[in-house]
Amino acid sequence: MVVYAIAQLIDARGLNCPMPIVKTAQAMRTLESGAVAEVLATDPGSVRDFAAWARSTGHELLEQTSDAGVYRFVIRHK
Amino acid sequence: MTTAQLERPATVPPFDPLAEAIADVEGWPEPAADQAVRTKELVIVSWSGELDRVWPMLILSSTAAASGLRARVFVTFWGLLPFVRDGVRITGENWMQKMLAVMQRPGIDHLKLTKMNFLGMGPWMMRKLSRRYNVASPRELLEAAQALGVEFVPCQMTMDMLGLRREDLVDGMAEPAGAATAIEIMTEADASLFI
Repeated sequence: MVVYAIAQLIDARGLNCPMPIVKTAQAMRTLESGAVAEVLATDPGSVRDFAAWARSTGHELLEQTSDAGVYRFVIRHK
Repeated sequence: MTTAQLERPATVPPFDPLAEAIADVEGWPEPAADQAVRTKELVIVSWSGELDRVWPMLILSSTAAASGLRARVFVTFWGLLPFVRDGVRITGENWMQKMLAVMQRPGIDHLKLTKMNFLGMGPWMMRKLSRRYNVASPRELLEAAQALGVEFVPCQMTMDMLGLRREDLVDGMAEPAGAATAIEIMTEADASLFI
């Protein structure tokens, strides 16, 4: 398993659509190109949404895991 | 006819007699540099003032901006009422405009439903459910949308008709405009919606 240096953790647990994406987008604006962010979410819709959002924005979805109802996304800033 | 001295850019196809002939006269065209990166655009015409229409308008526009699109919302007719700033209760100059503001209280926290309004019972339940399921309120979404750079363009004609002044509306709205602007931005956009 690859271990990434996480520049920012975005805790979107408990938030519903579209706030996990909105909060992540706001956080990504403060990060530099190449920086890696980790997002935690509990919205099941976020699984498809983060993949779509990564395609739209060009940020790279490095990892996507789920554990006990918590979805974890690792994203590298384009 | 000499072609040997012309520098051939890497992007030009191997051999095209016409292109070679044109290049003889005009030189090779500059390779197009930035055609790959064009920002996509979403335009929404927000015509409605009800909770169940304003909510998706704010969700879609803020998500578009969060997804790297340029998002613009042309705000017209009843769509303007949610954008009346807090504390402004009665708007307009004459009794008819004032009467309209009494019948439909403006402001982001006072939206009705298109169906099952039941004298405010419906919206009250929707807001209570949204809090229980952690759905962001229209107020939070409007703040997020503006922070992400969604442009809200108020319709000048509606403002005149309802007696709304720019100072009656929330901060950060774009310069008021008319139908021709709406048409222009809609036809330029990759997707446009009328909500």
